[in-house]
Amino acid sequence: MDQIMLSKYNEMLFTPGHRACPGCGATIAVRAILEATGPDVIVVSPTGCLETFTAQYPYSPWGVPWLHVLFENAAAVAAGVEAALKKRGLADKVKVIIIGGDGGTHDIGLGALSGMLERGHNVTYICYDNEAYMNTGVQRSSATPVGASTATSPVGKQSWGKERPKKNLPAIVMAHGAPYVATASIAYPNDITRKVKQALSIQGPKYIEIHSPCPIGWGFDSSLTIELARLAVQTGLVPIYEAFQGQPLKVRKLAKRIPVTDYLQQQKRFRHLVEGQGDQEHLALIQAIADENIAHYGL
Amino acid sequence: MAIGTLSVMEGSMAIAQAVKMCRPAVISAYPITPQTHIIEFLAQMVANGELDAEYIRADSEFSAASILAGASATGVRTYTASSSQGLLLMTEVIYYLAGTRLPVVFTGANRQITAPIGLQPDHQDTMSLRDSGIIELYVEDVQEAYDTHLQAFKIAEDHNILLPVMVCMDGFVLTHVFEPVKTFKQEDVDAFLPPYEPIHYLTPEKPMVFGSGTDDANTMEFHYMGHQAALRARDKIEAVAREFESAFGHYRGGLIDTYATEDAEVILVAMGSVIGTLREAVDILRGDGVKVGLVKVRSFRPFPAEALRKAINHASAVAVLDRALSFGYQGILATDVKAALYDAPQRPLVLGLMVGFGGREVNLNTVREIVQRTQRVLDIGQVPNETEFIGLKTETLPHFSVVA
Repeated sequence: MDQIMLSKYNEMLFTPGHRACPGCGATIAVRAILEATGPDVIVVSPTGCLETFTAQYPYSPWGVPWLHVLFENAAAVAAGVEAALKKRGLADKVKVIIIGGDGGTHDIGLGALSGMLERGHNVTYICYDNEAYMNTGVQRSSATPVGASTATSPVGKQSWGKERPKKNLPAIVMAHGAPYVATASIAYPNDITRKVKQALSIQGPKYIEIHSPCPIGWGFDSSLTIELARLAVQTGLVPIYEAFQGQPLKVRKLAKRIPVTDYLQQQKRFRHLVEGQGDQEHLALIQAIADENIAHYGL
Repeated sequence: MAIGTLSVMEGSMAIAQAVKMCRPAVISAYPITPQTHIIEFLAQMVANGELDAEYIRADSEFSAASILAGASATGVRTYTASSSQGLLLMTEVIYYLAGTRLPVVFTGANRQITAPIGLQPDHQDTMSLRDSGIIELYVEDVQEAYDTHLQAFKIAEDHNILLPVMVCMDGFVLTHVFEPVKTFKQEDVDAFLPPYEPIHYLTPEKPMVFGSGTDDANTMEFHYMGHQAALRARDKIEAVAREFESAFGHYRGGLIDTYATEDAEVILVAMGSVIGTLREAVDILRGDGVKVGLVKVRSFRPFPAEALRKAINHASAVAVLDRALSFGYQGILATDVKAALYDAPQRPLVLGLMVGFGGREVNLNTVREIVQRTQRVLDIGQVPNETEFIGLKTETLPHFSVVA
């Protein structure tokens, strides 16, 4: 049943007709998130794909109050929303969530996120992680996986793509002492809904990172978004877990494990690694990351 | 009319007391000298239970302003204070607040901008916000700073304005000075400043989208509306100053203030704490037979071009004392004063003078030198240099490691 999304809100909270690309993973995430929040929520989004494709004046698919301020401050803005709701006596009724991309979360918005976590605001920060700056034309972010070719980490004689591994932001959030941190994938939308509900049931700052494939940025057919998301999980490159503060991780075990090449070979961003004889040295390095994840998280 | 209580207090305490009386729902701030005392006093008031506000200690000035953007969009009264680099860090948010018509009130405790790093008061920080859409009011003493904070919320939150307002006060000279200040009772301030009633705010009962994008189809219209609001603020600033006078008994406000200008041949134009020094200098120079007058520009944005023109166009010469410079052109206030005079039927000569820039002391001798320079310019009938630096230590320039 993981793959079937049944909406009790009949698409009223996020209507069709927005400007997302065909096969956009982020929109699947948004629907699953709002299924958990219901209408009594204020959504804050930093600049990014979601902001661009949902808020072009005078049109919007948002059926919930939604606020965009800038690129690097969503966590601070949400903290202000929460403070104002307290003063208006609405803090118990209206939830505050952030939905932002990896660029606005892992990179430019990290300072504001750290401040929000440290101060302990009752805010749920949800990152749809499509692993690069997609809205501006696919540039590398610190969430871009090692080896991926992007517009600013292009493959060339001196480059095999992004040279550094993905930033482990969930671990950074956990180090702040956040009461709830979870990872999820748009391959499992009902799991997203469940985790968002879980987060909303806990006081304090929560963080959920949702792996969200991007057909344009990764280079795959828009019919394969869910499939790519599932393959990423099955390789072990995207560990799915929940972290309740002070407790062992609750991990989604892999029923079936696949080699990373099964996932990489379907994406243009990794084509340089798999074509011809294949770049065995670097493929081994990426496989080692998956193996390490499987060992570390007990996938 | 309200009866005030006169007591001696630090400038920062006067600001904190004024802000407290305005009952902001959310305060967020980050420490930076010389603004810090203001937010420390407010923190203590919240800690003591004297002020019922959400007080958020932000991780940066950028976050502080962002927190207030979120709070203001959620429909409550908001306040912060900053200085110098902090204001620069807030700048991106300030443009957003003005563009989204969110009436956050700021104190800008004026301080020089790095490099070189330093703590002295000049206006380079707040004047760098000139084109953001924020309303900027410059005050000359602590009483005016207190009064102007009470007025600022009323101006910002007016439904025909809805723009952020910054009260600009020179760091240390005003924030750290102890002066007698007349403060007012809570019920009198409440009568003057009713609770904020937002038109648009975030609520699930009526979902709205804030901060949409747009393109060439609508951007000009949004900017036009913001510009019209800023222009309307000229009348509003005057009206609120008059309301303040009827409520509290003294007029502290308006777009400009004039002193001994009616028969003046030479008029000094300036902003901020230097005005107090200049008032005294005018008295002394008048005693020496020099027909000198003074115009204080209180509202820098919106710029009071018409009021200024009327106040100065009869003079033979105008000396603009600037504490902020547009590098490669001229003093920022001087540029605006000249532009305002362009349409006048007769135009005085205008001297653009960097005075007190980087916090350099301004005293009676400085003013004497300015008036002498003005006399020389009048003698030759033209202004030889677009910008002069008053008190520049030319003899030390060869010792700096860069070419002067």
